[in-house]
Amino acid sequence: MSASETKKVHFKVYRYNPDTDAAPRMQDYHLEVPADRDIMLLRALMMLKEMDGTISFRRSCSEGVCGSDGMNINGRNGLACITTVGSLKQPIVLRPLPGFPVIRDLVVDMAQFYRQYEKIKPYLQNDDPAPAQERLQSPKDRAKLDGLYECILCACCSSSCPSFWWNPEKFIGPAGLLQAYRFIADSRDTHTEERLSELDDPFSLFHCRGIMNCVDVCPKGLNPTRAIGKIRSLLLQQGT
Amino acid sequence: MVKNATSYSGNGLRDWLVQRVSAVVLGLYMIFLLVVIVSHPGMDYATWQGLFGQLWMKVITFIALLSLFAHAWIGVWTVLTDYVKPTCIRMPLEVLVILALLAYLIWGIEIVWSI
Repeated sequence: MSASETKKVHFKVYRYNPDTDAAPRMQDYHLEVPADRDIMLLRALMMLKEMDGTISFRRSCSEGVCGSDGMNINGRNGLACITTVGSLKQPIVLRPLPGFPVIRDLVVDMAQFYRQYEKIKPYLQNDDPAPAQERLQSPKDRAKLDGLYECILCACCSSSCPSFWWNPEKFIGPAGLLQAYRFIADSRDTHTEERLSELDDPFSLFHCRGIMNCVDVCPKGLNPTRAIGKIRSLLLQQGT
Repeated sequence: MVKNATSYSGNGLRDWLVQRVSAVVLGLYMIFLLVVIVSHPGMDYATWQGLFGQLWMKVITFIALLSLFAHAWIGVWTVLTDYVKPTCIRMPLEVLVILALLAYLIWGIEIVWSI
């Protein structure tokens, strides 16, 4: 690639290796990218890794399906693989997902996030005898799951939620609550009452203050705040 | 389910509901007081005392004081559980806030009922 076919992009990347570094630092990188077309941020990160093999980040599918490359991009959580470099103001500042313990550079520890997800029992529970083939669902009931099942657990939402930052061990967080509603709303699940009762404490669900950061950053365009509101309404119907 | 002893009712739904209902009560009470003040431009102490001397005013003020007590407890509890992490500091702060709110409530009732 000649210089006329490329342009320089300035990156500031969060670097931290807990084993060797006393404190995190921001490292500058200047990358030559094609001038005639836009590339995804993940592609740019892979080019940076060719320059500096010590940069760590997660990636897998590269097309916004696996949710591995959630990170804080210019102060806003998003997926590197579906964010174009051209859409970002320079320098492009990359940090790990806020509020999560850093393992190394842009790689965070998701254990707490998954523990909260596990709490909502993210699987169908049905006490009726299993049918010969499958549990049928009407198209109308199936439509209730739209906007819920698409979550890829990238953690962009929970990591942008102050309630989750302050109480990650007690507040389920937007991702977990969206999934909680996904199973509450499922006509094939018979444990609705139990699921609702599990959330009826001052923290698990009700620590959401409704600031909608989760809705703002969700790369799949989902609305956890609406799901949280629906769970509250159901609890209200059940409890009054 | 997460257990908590210092939240207002210990139940998420009840706290949430109380906070919203008390907010509406306080909002209406404030609007009412504002209307009274605006509609009496030269209001003197006697008019003010006359208003609070009526039983219906005492009753709605009592309801507003109760709402303030519950609303402030739930709100401050939420802020403290977010921002004060060490239990040895948060617990005394929570108790202090609850006692102060209780004192304001009793004091307020005493003032209104002594008119």
